[in-house]
Amino acid sequence: MVSKAPINCSIVVESKPSAVVGVYEQILSKLENNGFSKEDIFAVHLALEEAFLNAVKHGNKMDSAKSVKIDYSVGLDKVEISMTDQGDGFEPEAVADPRWGESLYKPEGRGLLLMNAYMDVVEFNERGNSVYMARYKEKPLLTES
Amino acid sequence: MAEIKPRISVEYAGDATIITFTDEKILEEKDIKALQESIMSVIEQAKRIKLILDFGNVRFLSSAVLGLLIRISKRIYERDGSLRLCNINPKIYEIFKITRLTKTFDIYKDVESAAEDLSKAN
Repeated sequence: MVSKAPINCSIVVESKPSAVVGVYEQILSKLENNGFSKEDIFAVHLALEEAFLNAVKHGNKMDSAKSVKIDYSVGLDKVEISMTDQGDGFEPEAVADPRWGESLYKPEGRGLLLMNAYMDVVEFNERGNSVYMARYKEKPLLTES
Repeated sequence: MAEIKPRISVEYAGDATIITFTDEKILEEKDIKALQESIMSVIEQAKRIKLILDFGNVRFLSSAVLGLLIRISKRIYERDGSLRLCNINPKIYEIFKITRLTKTFDIYKDVESAAEDLSKAN
């Protein structure tokens, strides 16, 4: 059944790569319930994986004593996710574009590119330790208000 | 007996080695590390490997797997071998296109066309 109102949730998880499973299971099941397409679910899943790994690896420097906070809301036509780590932050503009030059042959550095490609909005806070992402439903139900 | 994940299957066709990823999702860091160890050991065992990686079962992967593929390809070329990827589902292929890794890897429709191309490689 489709929820009438957006769902607002906040979760805090241990800063370890495997903790993303509980996060995406929770969010993706709500997308499914609200009629998001398989393409939307694939996109949000990928963005979550990439953002979470960045938070754990680059933000919290693999310190499992730290945590990652995820705030999200799944509406009828839009999903919004904020992910915040306890690191010092970074400058997204300073990240090399992995599609060109020597970066193309480096094993890392593609997470941000994929987040930008699969989400409609990707914005960092000034400190650079919190990312806000949003994606609009690919085929919205225009008959519903 | 506990099931060991991630799973790969290794087959030999002529002088080509075909590694098939048998899991639908390749995600967790420990799985990616285990995959790297398994695949590297296959590469090390061959003198000049002609390797085909079959993605036919894979429905989801993240950039961590792209990193794994780059490390594998570097090792293969260091050892004067060849690498072909094949059977990549359209959603996964889109990830390769976005990251421009379609320019780095030789990607084929299926195992047969990849093997045919490899047979021409020295």
